[in-house]
Amino acid sequence: MKAAHRNRLKLAVRLAAATLITLLFLFPIYWLFMISFKTPDEIFSYPPKWWPAQLQFSSYAVLFRDGDATTVLNSLIVAGTSTVLAMFIGTLCAYSIARFRTGGDNLANWIISQRMVPPIAVVFPIFLLYVWLGLVDTFPGLILLYTAFNLPYVIWMMRGYILDIPIALEEAALVDGYTRWQMLWKVVFPMSRAGLFATAIFTFVFAWNEFLFALVLTRTEVTTYTVQVTHYFGGQSNFWSKISAMSVLGTLPIFIIVGFMQRYLVRGFSLGAVKG
Amino acid sequence: MSDLKITALHKYYGEVHAVKGVDLEIPAGEFTVLVGQSGCGKSTLLRTIAGLETADAGTIEIGGEVVNDHAPRDRDIAMVFQNYALYPYMKVYENIAFGLRARRTPRAEIDAKVRKAAQMLAIDHLLERYPRQLSGGQLQRVAIGRAVVRNARLYLFDEPLSNLDAQLRDEMRGEIKRLHQDLGKTMIYVTHDQIEAMTMADRIVLLREGRIEQQGAPLDLYERPATRYVAGFLGSPTMNFIDASLERGNDALNVRLCDGTSLALPMARTAKLAGREGQRVVLGVRPEHMSRALAGDTRSGLVRYEARIDLVQPTGARTYATFRMGDTEAVAELLAHDVSQPGERIGLAIDMNRVILIDPGSDAVIG
Ligand SMILES: Nc1ncnc2c1ncn2[C@@H]1O[C@H](COP(=O)(O)OP(=O)(O)OP(=O)(O)O)[C@@H](O)[C@H]1O
Ligand SMILES: [Mg+2]
Repeated sequence: MKAAHRNRLKLAVRLAAATLITLLFLFPIYWLFMISFKTPDEIFSYPPKWWPAQLQFSSYAVLFRDGDATTVLNSLIVAGTSTVLAMFIGTLCAYSIARFRTGGDNLANWIISQRMVPPIAVVFPIFLLYVWLGLVDTFPGLILLYTAFNLPYVIWMMRGYILDIPIALEEAALVDGYTRWQMLWKVVFPMSRAGLFATAIFTFVFAWNEFLFALVLTRTEVTTYTVQVTHYFGGQSNFWSKISAMSVLGTLPIFIIVGFMQRYLVRGFSLGAVKG
Repeated sequence: MSDLKITALHKYYGEVHAVKGVDLEIPAGEFTVLVGQSGCGKSTLLRTIAGLETADAGTIEIGGEVVNDHAPRDRDIAMVFQNYALYPYMKVYENIAFGLRARRTPRAEIDAKVRKAAQMLAIDHLLERYPRQLSGGQLQRVAIGRAVVRNARLYLFDEPLSNLDAQLRDEMRGEIKRLHQDLGKTMIYVTHDQIEAMTMADRIVLLREGRIEQQGAPLDLYERPATRYVAGFLGSPTMNFIDASLERGNDALNVRLCDGTSLALPMARTAKLAGREGQRVVLGVRPEHMSRALAGDTRSGLVRYEARIDLVQPTGARTYATFRMGDTEAVAELLAHDVSQPGERIGLAIDMNRVILIDPGSDAVIG
């Protein structure tokens, strides 16, 4: 069984390579986590300390005491709500464009082109508009903006996933006694579940990481964590542990979400997402 | 009462005129097969009946009610799709129950109906499986089961067997036919396979380029086609068409081929052709209406034709012999050992009682 032997060897080499690469990529994240648990001395010690002598939770305690941690909650509210909204509205739009050819052949292309506008080009007009509307530093203001920004992406992606559903599956449900709305829930959403989750994750991550609009459009009430982190970059260097602790808080939700949805994420990517 | 009545139906896809004025009335309980070449509008007609496409002109009545503006779900129809249209994320049981759930049927009733249908289709051992765990034939049974539990007024099938291999197709054909006998429901079945049409139909509706070319009982169409198209569409191997002309013979009319042969028509057939002497016609002869001439065979209407066989294709019980007749290739369906090798010269007996004559100008059958 020489061939089997060779295959085993091949697999072992591949696994080793994959492990090495994973370790390489995980290292900075490991380092970030460790810094948040170190004392200031340990952070700057040379040679570097791979592991803190004792896990320090003081940085986190400070974040929660001073209210810095609530900016993570703000981010969660803004990103979560805007994701749900963008997914819901966007999927319905995508269905309409895919199945009823709403807007003809080019509406989908026009919509995705909206996503290519550099945010910096519109941030000032939007700021003025928001001042006038009284939306600056409010949850609805930021949620509205992120929803609008994510809609083109959601529509484009979901249109591709919906086009991949054999139309007979929808027709069969319509003949079998379902209204179009019921059919969406019974057929279209389950059939595109992997795509829905993959798209939702990207939408969420965009809103989660967004900085420019959050910086310009928030003051104190709905400051997001990305904006909060920048407040630490002053002259004093002993904020490193705080920065890293904040970064850990900001990374955790993404870890958790991706961890839970990994199954769908991989399938969502491999499905025919790119469709003209 | 008729379950389906279609009047002057038209359907356009943009510029494409897919259905061009179809009138059709289907009595309750009949098994109707819509047949025709690819692209002739069979699916379009069926989908318009189902309400999946909107009619551009004309009316569709189901059970005496005009349903043009009804959504598919309000038309009291069940449909079986070509690619089964089963939901991959539902077990077989749920797939079959899908239509019943839409109508808020009580749980116990759903269970009873699903199990009964599954039993009928011999898939009761598969109810807990997912569609991906089934073979093509099993998938098709599930798809049929999903329609059967519905107890609809009208059952529509769009080429349900075209994805199956030949043997399974034969089997399912019989099964659907039996299902029709057991349920007594009105069924409309689309296929482009003329054998499927012949074997299954109470009535065949032959479509051509968006119009009904002819409709009637299978043997009616086979034996009395109205046009050359119908004659050529039904039957395998296809009917032979030979250019000829009509001339006056001793006592009846003769069909004269371009090779000079004259074939005498029986007396009984001449009345209809009165006044057509000297005209060009196309002679239509089915392969099975030619046989090896036997000495002393005196049945009336048989004429002898000397043929030199170019190609011999045995199929078992029958052998197809190809030869030149007039200016075309013709095929005769002979008994297995009537001819053994190409080059052989044999006498063929053509049954002139069964031939048809076609007007080459209009392609209509004239006698
Ligand atoms: N959605 C559509 N858009 C444009 N043209 C269409 C559409 N569907 C069908 N057609 C055209 O309408 C005509 C009839 O098509 P239809 O599908 O009814 O044919 P069919 O008889 O079912 O053929 P087949 O045996 O190949 O299934 C064809 O010329 C086809 O190209
Ligand atoms: Mg078709």
